[in-house]
Amino acid sequence: MTATATSATAPASTFAALKDAARQRILILDGAMGTMIQQLKLDEAGYRGERFRDWPRDVKGNNDLLNLTVPDAVRDIHLAYFMAGADIVETNTFSGTTIAMADYGMEELVRELNVEGARLAKEAALIAQEKDGRPRFVAGAIGPTNRTASISPDVNDPGFRATSFDELATAYGEQAAALLDGGADLLLIETIFDTLNAKAAIFAIERLFEARGLRVPVMISGTITDLSGRTLSGQTPEAFWNSVRHAAPFSIGLNCALGAKEMRAHIDELSRIADTLVCAYPNAGLPNEFGLYDESPAAMAKLVGAFAASGLVNIVGGCCGTTPDHIRAIAEAVAPHPPRDIPTIAPRLRLSGLEPFELRA
Amino acid sequence: MTAPVATFINIGERTNVTGSARFRKLITNGDYAAALAVARDQVENGAQIIDVNMDEGLLDSEKAMVTFLNLLAAEPDIARVPVMVDSSKWSVIEAGLKCIQGKGIVNSISMKEGVEAFKHHARLVRAYGAAVVVMAFDEQGQADTYERKIAICERAYRILVDEVGFPPEDIIFDPNIFAVATGIEEHAGYGVAFIEATRWIRQNLPHAHVSGGVSNLSFSFRGNETVREAMHAVFLYHAIQAGMDMGIVNAGQLSVYDEIEPELREACEDVVLNRRPDSTERLLAVAERFRGGGKEKKEADLAWRSWSVEKRLEHALINGITEFVEADTEEARQSVARPLHVIEGPLMAGMNVVGDLFGAGKMFLPQVVKSARVMKQAVAYLMPFMEQEKQEMGLTDAPAAGRILMATVKGDVHDIGKNIVGVVLQCNNYEVIDLGVMVPAAKILETARERKVDVIGLSGLITPSLDEMVHVAAEMEREGFDVPLLIGGATTSRVHTAVKIAPQYVRGQAVYVTDASRAVGVVSNLLNDNARAGYVANLRAEYAKIADQHARSDRNKVRMRIEDARANRAPIDFAGYVPPVPTFLGTRVFETYDLAELVPYIDWTPFFQSWELAGTYPAILEDPKIGVAARALYDDAQKMLARIVSENWLTARAVVGFWPANASGDDIVLYGETGNAPEIATLHTLRQQMAKSAGRANLALSDFIVPEGQGVTDYIGGFCVATGFGEQERTDAFKAKNDDYSAILLKALADRFAEAFAERMHERVRREFWAYAPDEALDNEALIKERYRGIRPAPGYPAQPDHTEKATLFRLLGASGAIGVELTESFAMWPGAAVSGLYFAHPEAAYFGVGRIERDQVEDYARRKGMSVAEVERWLSPILNYDPASMKPAAE
Repeated sequence: MTATATSATAPASTFAALKDAARQRILILDGAMGTMIQQLKLDEAGYRGERFRDWPRDVKGNNDLLNLTVPDAVRDIHLAYFMAGADIVETNTFSGTTIAMADYGMEELVRELNVEGARLAKEAALIAQEKDGRPRFVAGAIGPTNRTASISPDVNDPGFRATSFDELATAYGEQAAALLDGGADLLLIETIFDTLNAKAAIFAIERLFEARGLRVPVMISGTITDLSGRTLSGQTPEAFWNSVRHAAPFSIGLNCALGAKEMRAHIDELSRIADTLVCAYPNAGLPNEFGLYDESPAAMAKLVGAFAASGLVNIVGGCCGTTPDHIRAIAEAVAPHPPRDIPTIAPRLRLSGLEPFELRA
Repeated sequence: MTAPVATFINIGERTNVTGSARFRKLITNGDYAAALAVARDQVENGAQIIDVNMDEGLLDSEKAMVTFLNLLAAEPDIARVPVMVDSSKWSVIEAGLKCIQGKGIVNSISMKEGVEAFKHHARLVRAYGAAVVVMAFDEQGQADTYERKIAICERAYRILVDEVGFPPEDIIFDPNIFAVATGIEEHAGYGVAFIEATRWIRQNLPHAHVSGGVSNLSFSFRGNETVREAMHAVFLYHAIQAGMDMGIVNAGQLSVYDEIEPELREACEDVVLNRRPDSTERLLAVAERFRGGGKEKKEADLAWRSWSVEKRLEHALINGITEFVEADTEEARQSVARPLHVIEGPLMAGMNVVGDLFGAGKMFLPQVVKSARVMKQAVAYLMPFMEQEKQEMGLTDAPAAGRILMATVKGDVHDIGKNIVGVVLQCNNYEVIDLGVMVPAAKILETARERKVDVIGLSGLITPSLDEMVHVAAEMEREGFDVPLLIGGATTSRVHTAVKIAPQYVRGQAVYVTDASRAVGVVSNLLNDNARAGYVANLRAEYAKIADQHARSDRNKVRMRIEDARANRAPIDFAGYVPPVPTFLGTRVFETYDLAELVPYIDWTPFFQSWELAGTYPAILEDPKIGVAARALYDDAQKMLARIVSENWLTARAVVGFWPANASGDDIVLYGETGNAPEIATLHTLRQQMAKSAGRANLALSDFIVPEGQGVTDYIGGFCVATGFGEQERTDAFKAKNDDYSAILLKALADRFAEAFAERMHERVRREFWAYAPDEALDNEALIKERYRGIRPAPGYPAQPDHTEKATLFRLLGASGAIGVELTESFAMWPGAAVSGLYFAHPEAAYFGVGRIERDQVEDYARRKGMSVAEVERWLSPILNYDPASMKPAAE
């Protein structure tokens, strides 16, 4: 199948279909890709496959590469999530930027990784759709890269930056274009620990939309890194929202770093201030003493179900440590609850530094 | 302290190379560490946004902007506030925008280079996620007149909102502040042009803001800082009232409006407002005396040192002077019995003045922060003395009376009130865990659980804190807490606590604490096993009552223009309506009315409410919780009631009158007792201005009377009934015997008798005196539910909230002479057990609440009543939908 043939839904109708579904119920996002890939127990040779047998650098751990070397396994994971109840799966492209791929010397492969990543997810969506008739959607995952635009990696030189807004915008723009070419229905800027990176992604996506004369829903998901209640770059959830609201995102939310229990207060906050959908996909608890995420599907579903019971969320899913069993349990737990009502927020000048600012006029 | 309704944001200009010579020098020398210290200092002094400008010819401005912003991002105590990226060069602005993760402000863009460039820049600002300052500048140049300013701003607004899709709330106009008092005649109107353009923008370009660089204004007085500071303060005072809500001004160079030497202030005001042709000459003459920070100023500076210690502390608080604070605090301490009294006395008094000035827009946030510093130093000085006192009183080793967690809620940094409460509680042997400011709910709950606290106290000064407190309460409920939750701080209120917070936290009790002096009483009640249950029950009843009253009120709704409200008056069709004619005109007096006749008309539910027993009579007597108490009270009341009647403890008197009348607009004109007799009085009514759904009218009482000019004479009635005669002597006698219970019981019953009397008299009016319902047969319950034709609204109540209307009513009734009921200077009736009001007979006449009203109606009403607007505003202050002090819509 070609990329264009898999784009069964045109962007405008995707938007409408998603909005319509979100009005009626809480939408389900998938769970962790990495956790499922670990279960494949691939070694260096397994990652390389035939095509990259002689690649000059180690590639084990480059999960995005599996879109090219074990595409059937990646598609099967997507399908498992769809069949567990997910409405939306994320493409296996978390590190699909020239900046992140530089670690493997694979900058040249970025376009192919993203086109294939989107295509595999879309194939899984069509299979699932054929099985039960329910529409499924593919979110092109745009990760944070491994560099930060507003934090210096050198403690002795706080003004230094290992990347720049322009460099990030270029890289994000390439990734987003390839994801759309591969058939992604929406874009998901996720695991944002530095809001300036996300703003570069938003800027690039906006340019891309303008250039192509089309627009797909954009989901934005930040990461509160620890119990300080702030992003790695120091923003509070409200300051973060004020910083990205100009993207008019389809959803705003949080993922990773925290379990559902620790994430709740921050989702609660976003739920009160954001006049768009709220999305939460926490980890399966905090890591245990072995660094593993071991919250059971039942335990996690209870916590996420409580988000829904309190009317805090519109979209839920899982991040690190979650599996199709988690997604199935979460989908069941939230099913009885209506989606959060989107509040009407009075128009006011709202700014932010690390903290929010509002001018009451 | 008064709530900070000040919505003005002062943007510091000390990190601006064009505004600060010192900063320019630091940047050109590459001393970025010192430059950062300037920014930090500014934020610590209260700047809510920092302006960064690197427009210096000798600098690589783009590079300097990027270097400084990147360094700044590494300083959390500076980077917490938004950045204003300030440059006249677009490339510098864009470089700056690429360095800030937050949402900042671009200062500025304009139509100077044409509309296309303007749109291009606006789209990019939007793509970078920033708000924008738009200069009133187009292809022809900078706008200097009022007309040019508003024309350019309107054009820019339409382009931004309609064509670019820019959110209007993210647009800040800078309509150009130019120098006045330059000696050039055309410049004289620059101040007024800015102020009036500001007013126009705020009224006509929804959600947009107005900012300006204030220092330009006083350019011609360079070198005379005293005069410049005074000019800035005067200008801001007026511009803010017109709606300016942001400004770039060096907070250190700003006088407090009220503290400016009066002659200088008047001269500045003449110049700024262009009030007289010779204003410049006069200011120049006055300015001479203040030149060079002059000798006179120095003397003035020290004159306050000769004042009383209380006045000195107040002066130091208002002006943020810490120099003498320890000496003055020590002097104050020696003059009072306990160190705590210094805090509760002069220091709190001074801070109240600060709060008032801030609320009135006469002080600005940085100045208030300085005041707080003075306060903190004074309190810190007193702490060891209070510790010592505690030891001397042998309290050190005693276990704490309770453990109290205190926090200023997330999003709020104000902690003075909370600290004072903490101090007061500690003085009373409570252990206080103070989590400081900006404390998230999760942290509060986590600490409360870990430390097993007995009480949680939340504080906040700014309005958004109210929502946060609601949130904390809800989280406490969800997580299974049951400890009491204290609510305090300037914007908090009993109503808000009762209506919004308490219902979220039913497992425990939320308690509003008026001020620090109440905290100890509240906490000791809550922690005392014997007192707690009763205390909480009382609170719950009180809050339930408040919540109920609030539910019936009408706040915060959208108001209509008075003309539009009038156009939507009650659609009563008077054609074919034959007004019933009363059986007599003029007044009739009832001396010594039979009390026994009134007993069946008593409504008992409010009687129980006055004893804080919530519930409806008679069900309340069977209430599982309060039924026992209610029954005992009811029994005592019945016994006393019998004696009141049989022994004539009280005397009931009434006067009732009817007059020919017609409505005239929103007024009701009363005539003499024959049809074409001259007007004898005018009753004024107020009209609802809340936005109504289709088919619902905006009512005024005048709607229920046939309008003049239709050739039909209508009628209106009035009454005053009183049962309080004799009450005072009886209650005094009870008190003399230390029988307060009976004294209160009698007061409560006298009030009920007055209401019953009004009910009975109204019934007689309907059946006998006006006689439009001669066959009406209703039982008491139906009466209480008002299932009859006609109404009897009272001045000072919802349908006519203006108490001063009672003066007209009393004159018509001759109430004072006829039955001896007097009006106090606040238009309260004496004796208190009295009811007065008007009678309306039309079948469609109904009770309603006027709700909140706008200034347009107040002005019109003042004209009709022949009162000044200010006086009307004073009487109607509870129902104004705006703040008369700032003339802005009331904040929600």
